[in-house]
Amino acid sequence: MNYKNDFPMLNKDIVYFDNGATTLKPKVVMDAIYDYYSNYSSNAHRGDYKISLKASSEYENVREKVKEFINANSKDEIVFTSGSTESLNMIVNGYFKYNLSKDDEVLTTKSEHASNILPWYELENEIGIKVKYIPLTENHYVTLENVIKSITNKTKVISIAHVTNVIGDVRPIKEIIQYAHKNNILVVIDGAQSVGHTKVDVQKLDIDFLAFSAHKMLGPTGVGVLYGKYDLLDSIRPIKYGGGMNVSFTNPKEIEYKPLPYKLEAGTQNIADVIGFGKAIDYINNVGIDNIEEYCNQLKEYIVNKLKNIKHINIYNENVEGSTIAFNVDGVFAQDTAIYLDKYNICVRSGSHCAKKLEDELGIKNTCRISIYFYNTTKDADRLIQALDNDKILEESLGV
Amino acid sequence: MDSNFKRTLMLENYERPFHKGLLDDNTYISLNKNNSSCIDSFNIQLKMEDGKIKDIRFDGEACAIATSSMSISISKLIGKTKEEALNIIENYEKMIDEKDYNKDILEELNAYEDIYKQPSRKKCATLGIEGIKDLINKEK
Repeated sequence: MNYKNDFPMLNKDIVYFDNGATTLKPKVVMDAIYDYYSNYSSNAHRGDYKISLKASSEYENVREKVKEFINANSKDEIVFTSGSTESLNMIVNGYFKYNLSKDDEVLTTKSEHASNILPWYELENEIGIKVKYIPLTENHYVTLENVIKSITNKTKVISIAHVTNVIGDVRPIKEIIQYAHKNNILVVIDGAQSVGHTKVDVQKLDIDFLAFSAHKMLGPTGVGVLYGKYDLLDSIRPIKYGGGMNVSFTNPKEIEYKPLPYKLEAGTQNIADVIGFGKAIDYINNVGIDNIEEYCNQLKEYIVNKLKNIKHINIYNENVEGSTIAFNVDGVFAQDTAIYLDKYNICVRSGSHCAKKLEDELGIKNTCRISIYFYNTTKDADRLIQALDNDKILEESLGV
Repeated sequence: MDSNFKRTLMLENYERPFHKGLLDDNTYISLNKNNSSCIDSFNIQLKMEDGKIKDIRFDGEACAIATSSMSISISKLIGKTKEEALNIIENYEKMIDEKDYNKDILEELNAYEDIYKQPSRKKCATLGIEGIKDLINKEK
């Protein structure tokens, strides 16, 4: 399929392979935001006039769309946040802070994004929980076997990404969750890299808490989702208090908060971008999440098979299905490779990709990351491969 | 300085940097210098003796521009007095910022005279030498 008509950014002679950082946006998303600001700009849940009612209903429709998209039991289990980072912080600081005690253990991995490690580190500093790591296999996978080995009678939470942002491996979360629940362990899933790439059915997977971001799935920046099973979500203490989340207050002893999801959405929400996010979900539904997954896997295989033949390229996750390729060029610092590719208008990311503990596992600190989405073409891939098939990358990266 | 020569100088200093590797020696003062917007990070050691820079060493991971300019800066600054070194550094900073500067005293450091054309690389080209400057200024 040709998406050039739908994505303004695809008409700029840029090859964009940094989808793990953020995806491009289709025009329908931008149009919806423009439409809100142009035609019914007003606050949601506040007014008695027509355009405010429209703003409220458009905003709430998106909640319904998200509910359908991840198959939540109820739309009250969908809370809008500013992104995965805020969602994860709310889970850790609004729920676990009050439900864990000293020496309780949380299991995570060394390939997590900073936003799924730092809140736990801070909780360790604050209340003395212990952050432990599930060992990764040689290919940097998480296996159920290694999860089982890591569980002790102190383990209360497993908090892991569904798909990691450097290696791109898909964790067997269904099996992990089943096992965890048998042992009274709750599971937090960081879905930032997975929800727009593979079907995530929170009921089928039996996920306790899920965090994800709109901008990594065609939506605007500044919007994310916090999903939780109703009773768990209802136990989260708000981090923010203010308008829109209370029913009444007279003094510190007499305060009544609204029910879910509103009690976790204090203040005026990011109405415009939530409405834009709704169009992003429609777009993904039209393409089909299974098609997206299959296409990204195929394009990854196509690129890997060609890069493998270039002798100065080292790929770190060749055998991993998914949409991410982590690599380096022999003797070239990752950032120099990325700067070199930029000369050909090819966008890739270099660095530790916010997964700073992964160094312990990979033995290298910095990589270049190619992250694919469904609008990338084999033509994009060929341009990338051609640029990398050059034994003067270091020299040309200098720019002198 | 022609482009070919500049490239060769940079590549040689990136691939075989001068004084890379730290010493376990408490007569050196040291610091970490990194770019918060990218992934370059250096640990730098400096030793002054009789008012002169006796030695500078470094370690860390950084791009070719940062590493090579660090290496060249070290070889250029060892043996200089504090004032001489600060004067060279000041002229180097002026060159990077496209201001008037004394080309003659920079010698091989002139390899970076065109870096201003790549604004995102300015920080790479100054990371090491700024670290050295911080250390020199720490010394009374």
